[in-house]
Amino acid sequence: MDPRLQALEFWNIGNLVQRLLWHIVHIVVSLWYSLAGLVQSVESNLISKGVLKGYDNLEIGKVKYLALVIESEDARRIFEVIELLQWLRSLGVKQVCLYDVNGVLKQSKEVIAKLLGNASLFGVDSVEDLKCDEKHMMLEFASISDGKEAVAKAANLLLKRFKSENAAGVQKDMVFTEQDMFDALKSIGYGAPDPDLLLVYGPARCHLGFPAWRLRYTEIVHMSPLKHKKRGALMKAIYKFTTVRQNYGK
Amino acid sequence: METQRVDDGIVAQFFEVLCSFLQRFLFWILSVGPIPVHISFIMDGNRRYEKTRKLEPGMGHRAGYISLMSLLKYCYQLGIKYATVYAFSIDNFKRRPEEVRILMELLQEKIESLLKAESIVHQYGIRVHFIGNLNLLDDSVRAAAEKAMLATASNNQAVLCVCIAYTSTDEIAHASTEASRNIYTEIQSRVTDAADDDDDLVKSGPQTQEHPAINSEDITKNMYMAVAPEPDIVLRSSGETRLSNFLLWQTSNSILYSPGALWPEVGLKHLVWAVLNFQRNYSYLQKIRKQT
Repeated sequence: MDPRLQALEFWNIGNLVQRLLWHIVHIVVSLWYSLAGLVQSVESNLISKGVLKGYDNLEIGKVKYLALVIESEDARRIFEVIELLQWLRSLGVKQVCLYDVNGVLKQSKEVIAKLLGNASLFGVDSVEDLKCDEKHMMLEFASISDGKEAVAKAANLLLKRFKSENAAGVQKDMVFTEQDMFDALKSIGYGAPDPDLLLVYGPARCHLGFPAWRLRYTEIVHMSPLKHKKRGALMKAIYKFTTVRQNYGK
Repeated sequence: METQRVDDGIVAQFFEVLCSFLQRFLFWILSVGPIPVHISFIMDGNRRYEKTRKLEPGMGHRAGYISLMSLLKYCYQLGIKYATVYAFSIDNFKRRPEEVRILMELLQEKIESLLKAESIVHQYGIRVHFIGNLNLLDDSVRAAAEKAMLATASNNQAVLCVCIAYTSTDEIAHASTEASRNIYTEIQSRVTDAADDDDDLVKSGPQTQEHPAINSEDITKNMYMAVAPEPDIVLRSSGETRLSNFLLWQTSNSILYSPGALWPEVGLKHLVWAVLNFQRNYSYLQKIRKQT
């Protein structure tokens, strides 16, 4: 056989072996994840039934602001979203930000608030109900336009102010500090608090463009796709959050 | 005794060759699937490592440096072109002065060692960028960083971004300032160019001119991290699940991975697991990249 043809054949076989091994590795990884998912499912059921102790007394006061990142396709399942919010309410969470990239949740905000009941919208309704009623929930809705584009709007505002001050004879260098950015964002309606905990309901642990400015010290936890959500898993995520100790860089 | 030492030496050498072969074989298999272009590391756990092993102050960070060099070699061997590390946050200046001094000395020492002939930088043709508000650093550390950037400017095989005196919110504020300055300079030159034709324009000055709106792309272009694409993976050690003000702008579509190991304990298996997860989720990541 021609040595070149022989070499080509060896190369093809080598290529096939390489691909086969790659698929085998990924099958093993998938099996591992399936097994882990099964264990987590059993654990979640035990937690929500109260069999596993330690999760019944959550220090829910530590979760002042919770965010949910949901896949835009799943966000159309409004009743699943409402069920999740009901679970959060039953655990004592009072302020929730719901985020999806395309703003599907934002478009349905009034419907969600109405169907959930005893809920008000951040920035629209008063916070008084939150203080008076234990079960009242404040909901914020966000999407990709509240992230980078909001920062751009804040920068535009600061530039405009700089030009006005300059026109009025105030001579200073153009330097926008973090505080300037924060104040500008607040003044144009992007002053919602930083979430303490962000739960990602999707196939992978990605924050999908949640407003960067608000994620500095947020704990980001991957849950599962929304259709596989479990109350026990939610309790576990919140419980783990309440045990975290942050140094904030110190 | 001498014979035993020789035997032990041969066994150790054989073991090393075997491990190297296995590692290359593993990378050969992984290379069938998509390989991340950019991976970033939050090196958390050096101090805990030091405490649990009762090491002298600063030794945890030195152990962390060894782990980093090892991981970077694996990254570049696997074909990951960009690596970013969170070496020192602006928030870290709040630590005890003695610890900050030890860290700054270690940083300067390691930056200077990067320029030695046998260093990883020369081995893999790495261009080094120091990312952050370098004006906050001591003159000697800043000078070392600038020297390293200059010395490696012509390297083009791989890129290492070292975030030092960095936070994402500081980066965003800085980029917003730069984007605004560019627009303002543009208006000023418009006024200057029109000087002969339009007295009113000159009299009113740039501050009265309408400016084109700054958009998020203008800000992205002015980020310190504009020298690299967005990271595909962010690996934070010690099991902590927060980003601590690191690459918040750039990580919308990054897989966040938090192994429980302390940073000096992070090694090949964690990198391989991160890459396997990246490959598993690749089509999803491509989809969300288009969305965002």
